[in-house]
Amino acid sequence: MPKTLFDKLWNEHIVRDLGNGWALLHIDRHLLHDLTGAPVFAELAARGLTPPNPELVFATPDHAVSSAPQRTGHTFAGGAKLYDALRSGAHATQVRFFDIGQPGQGIVHVMAPELGIALPGTTVICGDSHTCTHGALGALAFGVGSSEIAQALATQTLRQRKPRQMRIRVEGPLPPGVTAKDLALHLIARFGAAAGTGYAIEYAGSAVRAMEIESRLTLCNLTVELGAKYGLVAPDEAAFAYLRGREFAPQGSAFDAATAAWRSLATDEDAQFDRDEVVDANEIEPTVTWGTSPQHAVPISARVPDPQAAAAPAMRDEQQAALVYMGLQPGQLLAGTPVDWVFIGSCANSRLSDLREAAAIVRGRTVAKGVTAWVVPGSESVKRAAEAEGLDCIFKDSGFQWREPGCSLCVAANGERIPAGARAVSTSNRNFVGRQGPGARTHLASPAMAAAAAITGTLTDVRTL
Amino acid sequence: METFTTLTGRAAPLLIPNIDTDVIIRIERLSGVPRAELGRYAFEALRYRPDGSEDPAFVLNESVFRGAPIVLAGPNFGCGSSREAAVWALMGLGIRCVIAPSFGDIFYGNCVQNGVLPVVLDEPALQVVTQASRADRTVTVDLVQQLVSVEGSTPLPFEIDTLRREQLIAGLDAIDLALLDLPAIQSWQNADRARRPWIWSPVRK
Repeated sequence: MPKTLFDKLWNEHIVRDLGNGWALLHIDRHLLHDLTGAPVFAELAARGLTPPNPELVFATPDHAVSSAPQRTGHTFAGGAKLYDALRSGAHATQVRFFDIGQPGQGIVHVMAPELGIALPGTTVICGDSHTCTHGALGALAFGVGSSEIAQALATQTLRQRKPRQMRIRVEGPLPPGVTAKDLALHLIARFGAAAGTGYAIEYAGSAVRAMEIESRLTLCNLTVELGAKYGLVAPDEAAFAYLRGREFAPQGSAFDAATAAWRSLATDEDAQFDRDEVVDANEIEPTVTWGTSPQHAVPISARVPDPQAAAAPAMRDEQQAALVYMGLQPGQLLAGTPVDWVFIGSCANSRLSDLREAAAIVRGRTVAKGVTAWVVPGSESVKRAAEAEGLDCIFKDSGFQWREPGCSLCVAANGERIPAGARAVSTSNRNFVGRQGPGARTHLASPAMAAAAAITGTLTDVRTL
Repeated sequence: METFTTLTGRAAPLLIPNIDTDVIIRIERLSGVPRAELGRYAFEALRYRPDGSEDPAFVLNESVFRGAPIVLAGPNFGCGSSREAAVWALMGLGIRCVIAPSFGDIFYGNCVQNGVLPVVLDEPALQVVTQASRADRTVTVDLVQQLVSVEGSTPLPFEIDTLRREQLIAGLDAIDLALLDLPAIQSWQNADRARRPWIWSPVRK
């Protein structure tokens, strides 16, 4: 029977079939970060348990550490205990720990692909919903809560129920100025923030095949904003080329053996999906959000929607509340709306290609008066690579702050936040109420669009610059 | 873990779609507040006014719904972040059951891990429960029979996966459960080392 990529990944990791679609799955890679990982070490110790396979577990602080220049793990006092607990817990259990200032430190979903920790055909978990990012390499990767972190750390397995499967084929080339981020926001607006609930989503089609790996990571990152725990792209030659020579990837003949196995993972031609969608890439424009859910996204050329036109009363009320929170009027043009903050960073868009894309817009221009603009590279390695090619100077010369790697303003769990009432254009993945700080107003956009907003001081169609 | 069989009480209607876990509990509370005290900060953006006083318009601040053990929610409740503290914050308010047309997948699983019952009811059924609740009637959720009942109406059946139902009724601890499988895990791993050697002992090149 023809199988999907997801079927194959699932079947390869079944330790025990539990019936009714449930399986005990082996976990090949477990990522721990300070906010949800650190407390689990204490829980395991209290039960007298130790991780049986610390070589499959990787820890780094990202959520609750400062991104200020010269920072340490204690610069943000509120996160100091978590940082200490992650570091000491990792050392006590022989879990590999990537410390502040070391190559490898960074946002878990940036450092794991770049180090070759996440690989095709692996199961990857982390106590973070954006773990779906790693599906871009053909991994079965998903976010879990604290209870499941503890179970996985104690047994290297998790009980999971197989989800339904959806495929989204994106056909045709993405138009100029349109990125993986715009595509992701477009899909969430079109299908809705709950469309993927109960599903694993495979992205396919010529637009996805043509994407660089870092763009696929962005696309898969936003899968959870579509409601799905898992986002996937079949591993191909581009993925193998990306991984070859990465620090923790298999080396030499071991890499060739692995690649041979990875080639068989792609979805079989006649495999069936529970839901199959086709999207025309040509229709997509640079896309921004106007409200407080990632599904509140429209082309930058559009006007703010009128809640009175909503299909159902509950939706009308939700949109109305979103407009009040965002300080926007129905029918107003989004382009030209003044902004106060610009944040380029997060596990959605803080990789080297993202910084290059933003720097290309910023080069030779100046951040608009009154705008506070930050670049927070996703990892220590991204930061060093960007500095080696002078991107930091481009940003600093134009008036951006160039900061240290971490989650920073995306999650606002580290003393860094957008002030109440301030309007931010952010390359992150969530525009929820209070996400970037109580009262903060977030517009999600691509790195190029965020850079354009920093330069003009307003929401701007990057294609007009 | 506390067992769950039946629950009777008031059901607070909070029917806004897409309530995310950031709204249920702000992330800064995860690093600064002990787990047992998270209830005070549940829904804080909705529950309190900027000066810190309670917003009387928020449903859980209404006297009849204060301390309600059941919440009636809109679609995609608990979407977003995987933070299990969202469930702990609900528990801190005394909530043991959420009824909604759909849930965020990770949140749904986190509920079960903590003995909180997520019930999926379609919009028409949820309407029935909401109207009854607004008319001052109590709601009974019976996990054994898989029924939601309000006085004077036909009980509404709901589906829940067998494994999750058993875990809730027995109050099973998931780590204890997982440890029972250690021998099977060990033998699977031994076979896998031969099958996929590149997975094992990843070392810096």
